[in-house]
Amino acid sequence: MSSLPDGLIVIAKRDCPTCVLVEPLLAQLAATGLALTVYSQDDPDYGAGVAGRVHDSTLEHSYRLDVEIVPTLIRVAGGREVERTYGWDRADWQRITGVAALGADLPAIRPGCGSRSLDPDVAEGLALRFGKVRLSARQVTIGEAEDPVEACFSRGWTDGLPVVPPTPERVLRMLSGTRRAPDEIIGSIPPDLVPCTVEKVAINAVMAGCLPEYMPVVLAAVEAALIDEFGMHGVLCTTMFCGPVVIANGPMSRAVGMNSGVNALGQGNRANASIGRALQLVIRNVGGGRPGEIDRSALGTPGKYTFCFAEAEDSAWAPLHVERGFAPESSTVTLFAGEGVQGIVDQKSRTPESLARSFAACMRVIDHPKLAMAGDALLIVSPEHARVFIEAGWSKARLLRELIELLTLPADEMIAGAGGIAEGLPPSLAGTKVPKFRPGGILIVRAGGTAGLFSAVVAGWAASGAVGSTPVTQEIVA
Amino acid sequence: MTEAAILLDPTAERSPAARPRLARPAGLEGLTVGLLDISKARGNVFLDRLDELLQARGVTVRRYRKPTFTRPAPVELAQRIAAECNLVVEGLAD
Repeated sequence: MSSLPDGLIVIAKRDCPTCVLVEPLLAQLAATGLALTVYSQDDPDYGAGVAGRVHDSTLEHSYRLDVEIVPTLIRVAGGREVERTYGWDRADWQRITGVAALGADLPAIRPGCGSRSLDPDVAEGLALRFGKVRLSARQVTIGEAEDPVEACFSRGWTDGLPVVPPTPERVLRMLSGTRRAPDEIIGSIPPDLVPCTVEKVAINAVMAGCLPEYMPVVLAAVEAALIDEFGMHGVLCTTMFCGPVVIANGPMSRAVGMNSGVNALGQGNRANASIGRALQLVIRNVGGGRPGEIDRSALGTPGKYTFCFAEAEDSAWAPLHVERGFAPESSTVTLFAGEGVQGIVDQKSRTPESLARSFAACMRVIDHPKLAMAGDALLIVSPEHARVFIEAGWSKARLLRELIELLTLPADEMIAGAGGIAEGLPPSLAGTKVPKFRPGGILIVRAGGTAGLFSAVVAGWAASGAVGSTPVTQEIVA
Repeated sequence: MTEAAILLDPTAERSPAARPRLARPAGLEGLTVGLLDISKARGNVFLDRLDELLQARGVTVRRYRKPTFTRPAPVELAQRIAAECNLVVEGLAD
């Protein structure tokens, strides 16, 4: 179809009242001796009386002519389109056809209907058949009697929950969520260190239940996991508990509807649930990181299905991405190698000093009350608790400084054997004070519902820092 | 919408698309073999002979029977065979 037939082209469907309205005109146009081609998207008898009538059953002509509305009228001269209109607009039709009295008895204007070539799923199928996009992932043919969801289970592609079967149409639709080319390699996924394309991420995002608009966030999360300091290989294969916790900041997290409010760390929000899950499925399927194989976690954590939320940013408290050097208007994901959620219940503190002491007391038990400089901490402060600090003029940075001070602990209580517990710090530290967390080992974000004097701490991997995993932040780009 | 019969492979494509059968054991020594009679006529004759031959070689044999060949095995029976045996042989024809 490199060259178009000269004359007039009409694309229509019987299902459209405006197409039915103009149908009698088509025979009139053909009778004038004008070269006329009529493509019908549904009824092969549409345009009866027109010799150049074509049933566009595959919708290939509609796709290649880029039809969005039916009827569409196109004039072609010298093999090239010179003019088009859509719907019924009497003046346009008269001008384009050159027939002055065409449709004189019809209303001046009637809007058309959507082209069948743009119907959901149809558009992607046409793009795959006739378009330029080429997907390169291997096609897996499943049996006619095989349930696609069960087929994904039996091939080992799921985390234990059902996935959305990654059909080519769904994957193409997912790829529409990013401007990046499907064959772009974004990095090598541990543990197998396999080069991963944008297309492979899209396949796993489909399976995780993502919408196409989440793709930039998913891609950023995968790229963040590949930053060397994050140590994704170790996070995966450790016998400890952790998995990547994804914290989103900036306008993109709000645009895609991520939850930073009520039940922010819980179930029920599609973006939170599926973005975190997509990252895990990429690690599982592309990287080959499966529990019992390279993933040697003794107990694991429910967050290894998905653990992803947004910060409830407040103008009085610097959001996490700004603290980590990004512009306030930028959008980012920060990855933290985290374990489970431990609640901090304090319903009585009304001063920042008291509440900070509560936080410190609860954070002290991370890993073990007698260990220090092991796991990092992600402190998630609820709005009601944050208000106590904000109203007293405490910035996040001030709270952080106070926590570091409060969590500089007497080693005597913590050395091995103290308190009748063999676990603990080396006896050589006796008589000194030790910081519970390494420098930079405490992250603070604000999230949660507006009712509840409760915050939470998420313990980091006990091999936090250069030895294992350091939190990383990656900008989200469309 | 109808589900397409084509899925795109989400993995690194390091293993064949067609899933290989489980590897066969090199020998039967130390293994337990289940013989599943699906209740089709004379299936027991075939399985009895296998039973004799296997026992003569010192192989542990366990016998199972489906209530009827017209329906899949009850879940409880399938789970019991999976838990108790390393291999299973079933006679399918009359």
